[in-house]
Amino acid sequence: MKEYTYYQGCSLEGTAAAYDSSIRLVMKSLGVALTEPPDWSCCGSTPAHAVDRLLAGALAARNLAIVERMGSRTLLTPCPSCLSAFKKAQHAMASDKTFKEEVNGLLDSPYDCTVTAKSALQVLYEDIGTGEIARPVTTALPGLRVAPYYGCILNRPPKIAAFDDPENPVSMDRILAAVGVDVADFAFKLECCGAAFGVPKKEMVLKLTAKVLSMALDAGANCIAVACPLCQQNLDLRQSQVNKALGQSFAIPVLYFSQIMALTYGYTPQEAGLTKNIVGPGALIAARRPVEQQPVEQARSASE
Amino acid sequence: MRVGVFICHCGNNIAGTVDVARVAEETRKLPGVVYATDYVYTCSEPGQNEIKKAITEQGLNRVVVAACSPRMHEVTFRRTVEKAGLNRYFFEMANIREHCSWIGEDKEENTAKAIEAVRMAVAKVILDKPLHSSSFPVKKRVLVIGAGVAGMQAALDCADGGLETVIVEKSPSVGGMMARLDKTFPTIDCSICILGPKMVDVAQHELITLHAYSEIEDIKGYVGNYTVNIRKKATYVDWTKCTGCGECMEKCPGKNAYDYFNYGVAPTKAMNIPFPQAIPKKAKIDRQYCRQFTKGKCGVCAKVCPTKAIDYEMEDRIVTEEVGAIVVASGYGLLDIEKLPEYGAGRYPDVITGIQYERLLNASGPTQGHIQRPSDGVEPKTVVFVSCAGSRDKSIGVPYCSNFCCMYTAKQAILTKDHIPDSRSYVFYMDVRAPGKGYDEFTRRAQEEYGVRYIRGRVSRIYPKGKKMVVKGADTLLGAQVEVEADLVVLAIAAIAAPGAAALAEKLHISYDTNGFYVESHPKLRPVETNTAGVFLAGAAQGPKDIPASVGQGSAAAAKVLSLLSKDMIESEPVISTVNVSACVGCMKCVKTCPFQAIEETTVRGKKVASVIETVCAGCGVCTSTCPCGAIQLSHFTDNQLLAEVNTLCRM
Repeated sequence: MKEYTYYQGCSLEGTAAAYDSSIRLVMKSLGVALTEPPDWSCCGSTPAHAVDRLLAGALAARNLAIVERMGSRTLLTPCPSCLSAFKKAQHAMASDKTFKEEVNGLLDSPYDCTVTAKSALQVLYEDIGTGEIARPVTTALPGLRVAPYYGCILNRPPKIAAFDDPENPVSMDRILAAVGVDVADFAFKLECCGAAFGVPKKEMVLKLTAKVLSMALDAGANCIAVACPLCQQNLDLRQSQVNKALGQSFAIPVLYFSQIMALTYGYTPQEAGLTKNIVGPGALIAARRPVEQQPVEQARSASE
Repeated sequence: MRVGVFICHCGNNIAGTVDVARVAEETRKLPGVVYATDYVYTCSEPGQNEIKKAITEQGLNRVVVAACSPRMHEVTFRRTVEKAGLNRYFFEMANIREHCSWIGEDKEENTAKAIEAVRMAVAKVILDKPLHSSSFPVKKRVLVIGAGVAGMQAALDCADGGLETVIVEKSPSVGGMMARLDKTFPTIDCSICILGPKMVDVAQHELITLHAYSEIEDIKGYVGNYTVNIRKKATYVDWTKCTGCGECMEKCPGKNAYDYFNYGVAPTKAMNIPFPQAIPKKAKIDRQYCRQFTKGKCGVCAKVCPTKAIDYEMEDRIVTEEVGAIVVASGYGLLDIEKLPEYGAGRYPDVITGIQYERLLNASGPTQGHIQRPSDGVEPKTVVFVSCAGSRDKSIGVPYCSNFCCMYTAKQAILTKDHIPDSRSYVFYMDVRAPGKGYDEFTRRAQEEYGVRYIRGRVSRIYPKGKKMVVKGADTLLGAQVEVEADLVVLAIAAIAAPGAAALAEKLHISYDTNGFYVESHPKLRPVETNTAGVFLAGAAQGPKDIPASVGQGSAAAAKVLSLLSKDMIESEPVISTVNVSACVGCMKCVKTCPFQAIEETTVRGKKVASVIETVCAGCGVCTSTCPCGAIQLSHFTDNQLLAEVNTLCRM
């Protein structure tokens, strides 16, 4: 049985609770145990590194040091912002001795740079593999065509992220294909969603969000899969704002890729946290059926 | 022993950061040194005369010059001392420029280091022995590797000069990249029309032997006497019988073969003649697409061939050629479009490369010169050119400029307007680099007469939107983001080292740079020579270059070959290894380590010993450090000489 230290971060306790619960379900089905580090604290997120590099490093390193003391070498964190904070701190401390000393000066117990932070995508794609991922699938989602949306920092900058292609990532595409979902060739995988600018510059974010949504439709998708709480929020929560401000009528469900996986593993929409989504995926989910039936279905539609 | 030492200022190159007068002063105190002076340019004529004068007046029998790298002027000064009556090997150089003044800023430390370098050279020169060259005959034949425009020019010039010339070309036809181009800048000459006659000359010249569809297997020997094994790849068609009628190609049912000549713009047949003007115009089978080979049955070509030339049992054949010199004109390659994921990495059929566009423009290309976009065959009305696609991008390992893309992009934009008058072209560029004769005027014409819109900025992403491709980038002159909806996007993809360039370099014992291009002997003064005597460079194998530069270099390499092979005998380099037979224990470790296969086993008075083949030994010295009992010594660099240098350094 595989075991990972699991850093959930603040979003997954609140707005992205469905991301957390679906990741836990998926990992359970795959036989992966998740351990929460004791006394974890804020990763620093965007505000910390925007204000003070040293403090940002210390906030992230405090958590990494806890994981290190647990004897764990890998930290799984689904949120790209947490991931980025950990990877940046790790990279900066490992490559700059002075910085490492400065950061450790601020910590109660020092961090020795032995922990690798990985996103849920990276763990699934590289450690577990698409072959294993396909195994627990019990349910097909016919009619669902997904645009995989990676966001900006999951695999960037390439030197620090060290995962997937920085310009054309494919891990989510392949994971979703492995669980039997129809994946669209989506050109805006990495286009900006507006990130945290929703607060100071809402109009701009609405415009950017609208671009991503309309490209998903152009690609023939009826659903967007995400791996980031902020992307999810901008695309899902703001969809009605986009419709109102720009006179659009988008109604595209925006699901965490792990929610889609959980559905294919046979969990109910409630278990997969779909009740938390603003744009309801009801119609798409209603069509789900056990995988055994699919070949029969295919044969029937072919004969017609 | 009467040693004279000359400390060179090299203008300010050395004197700027080394106290040359003090170096001379300290040198005078050394045992054996009877004369030491400093001079502003020792390599100049008056500088050399100073050395000759001192040899005569001071009765010197050894000379040291402390100046630049021996690779720069050792030959010059050896000649100088020889003219003054000394053996040319009674001379040493201390490198106080590249190894000292250029790399250190502290004058005190530099001066100390220069003094040490001079002490070492003096210690060695005292132990120098007189060495004498012997001479050996040369084979008056030349091998040209690669039959692009540079290689063909070199071959024709050599053959016109009376040398028997052997050409080895990897692909089935001569012509190289130039044969694929539609028109050439800045004159808009038809490329194949000016190249075709040269290709015919190559085929018909009575002194030229052409091995097409062949590769270098291995090369042995040394300047003047190379033995080259050439692998003639199996074509499955007997070229002595094939008339190039094309019947087999027409009837071949293997329809989806990759067309190497057209860079995959359209599929070709498994049995194919690469292009109508191909030389030799002979058919060959691409095994991986041929039904006879993949399915085990077909045989259509064998049935239709009027001369019964098809031979499915054919195997690669090795032929051997003896030559005296080699010209390497193996050309360049193109960056794999998959290295550019932001431009679709080859996923979008309507994002193509510049060379593919040349084939679309070309009247004998797959579309008969009608520009049709690959996805649906429609004539594009908006074409976007990206003039740096991969070039000058450190992140993908291409830090250099590919040299000719700005020019061919301008040409392609002009030709687009000629082909489709109601079209509109955009060029995204970083800089317009047009330094050749008539080049800048040409790019201006594209903009001013042909209305091509030049946008200064890089393209960040290319993505499909319906039937269009959206090119998103920056206009850095306007400080704005721009999006152009194009019907077709042409990437001026970076020029890279030819595939297999490194492996060929190893066979030739020549060096290549970090980007895989072959390194010339001196970037300014020896641009077509390599550091291996008898091997010369021409064309883009040495770095991306356009047609006129390639032709110029082809002729230059030919001139070097002609002057080398105009002599009947070549002097051998006496700095080679010799075996002390009484000390040799016959372990033959040296035989295994010698990179030039210059050592062989022999028997002397019943004892098994190593023996050096004088003419093959390159004087690299690897064997001397391998020998467990010091029996093999490299003359001019003996253990005693090197230890004398180390001792003097340690005694300071």
